[in-house]
Amino acid sequence: MLKTMVYGVCGAVVVGAVLFGVYAWHPSIDEVSPVAEHNFTPEMVAKGKMLAAAGYCDTCHTPPGGAPYGGNYEMHTQFGSIYSSNITPDEETGIGRWSKAAFIRAMRSGVSRDGSHLFPAFPYEHFNKMTDEDITAIYAYIMTSVAPVKQVKKDNGIPFPLNIRWLQAGWKLLFADTQQFAYNPDKSKQFNRGAYLAEGIAHCGACHTPRNALGAEQYEKMYQGAAIDGWIAPSLTATSTSPIPWREQDFYEYLTTGNAPFHSSAAGPMAPVMHKGLTQLPDEDIHAISAYLADFNNNEASASAATHDVVQTALAAQHTQAPPRIDEGARLYATACQSCHYNSDQVVKGRPLLAISSSTNLDQPTNLINVVLDGIHNDQGIAGVVMPGFRDALSDEDISAIAAYLRQSAGKKPWPNLQQQVVDIRAQPRFAH
Amino acid sequence: MANFKINGKPVRVDVDNDTPLLWVIRDELAMTGTKFGCGIGTCGACTVHVGGRATRSCITPVEAVEGADITTIEGLSENGEHPLQVSWQKLQVPQCGYCQSGQIMQAAALLKDIPNPTDSDIDAVMGGNLCRCMTYVRIRSAIHEAANGVKEDSHE
Repeated sequence: MLKTMVYGVCGAVVVGAVLFGVYAWHPSIDEVSPVAEHNFTPEMVAKGKMLAAAGYCDTCHTPPGGAPYGGNYEMHTQFGSIYSSNITPDEETGIGRWSKAAFIRAMRSGVSRDGSHLFPAFPYEHFNKMTDEDITAIYAYIMTSVAPVKQVKKDNGIPFPLNIRWLQAGWKLLFADTQQFAYNPDKSKQFNRGAYLAEGIAHCGACHTPRNALGAEQYEKMYQGAAIDGWIAPSLTATSTSPIPWREQDFYEYLTTGNAPFHSSAAGPMAPVMHKGLTQLPDEDIHAISAYLADFNNNEASASAATHDVVQTALAAQHTQAPPRIDEGARLYATACQSCHYNSDQVVKGRPLLAISSSTNLDQPTNLINVVLDGIHNDQGIAGVVMPGFRDALSDEDISAIAAYLRQSAGKKPWPNLQQQVVDIRAQPRFAH
Repeated sequence: MANFKINGKPVRVDVDNDTPLLWVIRDELAMTGTKFGCGIGTCGACTVHVGGRATRSCITPVEAVEGADITTIEGLSENGEHPLQVSWQKLQVPQCGYCQSGQIMQAAALLKDIPNPTDSDIDAVMGGNLCRCMTYVRIRSAIHEAANGVKEDSHE
């Protein structure tokens, strides 16, 4: 009896292993002579250029100051550092000898040309939602218009056994969303276009959807916010802690100007997403993404933000501040922040009213502290306008006092261990692009 | 290396990315109207406009203004005829004068956003600009005076 059971279990394990091996194994796709593939129309190349921008391919495939698409951008994950691949058409170190079929397979299923599995830091689950035509356009752009760069990819800092490539097949089997994009007939054409872009090329969920312990997106919590690169990607849904609900026109203003006056500015990792990426899409596509995201928020497009009670209260509260001689946070705020952040009887774009801003109302002080430390550069937030960085001007205690004061002015419960969080955030690698 | 526009003119400066904008303006571009005060963004003497918004240049690294449009006190108006410069002279605002270019740049940005400020609006926005001679009362009067001038101009 025992013998039969042992044989049975061993048999099941062997069969399972064989089946997994079949699942995990992908053939190498033959290298091609690059010249043969280069008969793309200029329209297709132009479309590919736009889509590559809207997918921020170069954000993760270019290190700060490095050659575009040359790879070796360091991504800090909970499992260790991952360096991005060289996706220039260099024949030896890039993807110059990849066929269109190999490129499409990589984009759809995260399998490299040689059959090895790619890490899901490459958001192939999202790119799988795209049409063959759109993926081919990106291929056309890279192969014809990106300058080849000879640069060998650095080894990842992922420890054994997580670095075993074929184990990624198990991750895919357990977690990967392998569904292609499906048109939702119950929703408008505009919503569906927005969904196609946001879930596909723009891969919003890669940062804004929380991940499980093994780094997989938790689709049941889609767009509910997550930590990324030392910042918080806030919730884009009705679970947002922003006191003024996001409306379609707020998303649109944010995505076209880098700032929504009743919410926040595109800082940190969102800055290149917006300024280098989404601004390359046609206006109707930004409207579509905005309509799609607004659908996750239960609000009225007609609701006025300017006359919202919270805004009126916050404007009035500026005049009944804590006495600066007693409250250190109020004093520092009045000295260092208020000249730019004070609003009279209405919110002026470019004068963010911090009591209602996303960063003050998030459950974590991360984004607020990041912005106080390093400011907002010209290529972040509203184009043409900057905020200085107070990294070398204010102490951890000062920044903590200002953050606590603002948190209180927003009527939210205090952030725990605030000063220690300032210390930790100051020490983390600065996000750079 | 940084490229930006200052008072309408494109400039290119060969400095480290983290050089404060104030140092670039004073030492590289030789415009000394903008002053160094505290060096930590809490006195307002170094205020310039970046994209029309008052910005403390002493804690703004030059890399942050790549491609931006900067205005200093030298470029606020062609012949020193900005309504604030006129009211400043009329009311004889400065005493030692050190903080005044920062005060005027901050006040100019204030009037753009809040064209008819109350005393408390002025106190809130100008509170980050210190004056060791205590000319605050005259600064406030001159801002009201200029605001009225701006309004009269706009009625013409």
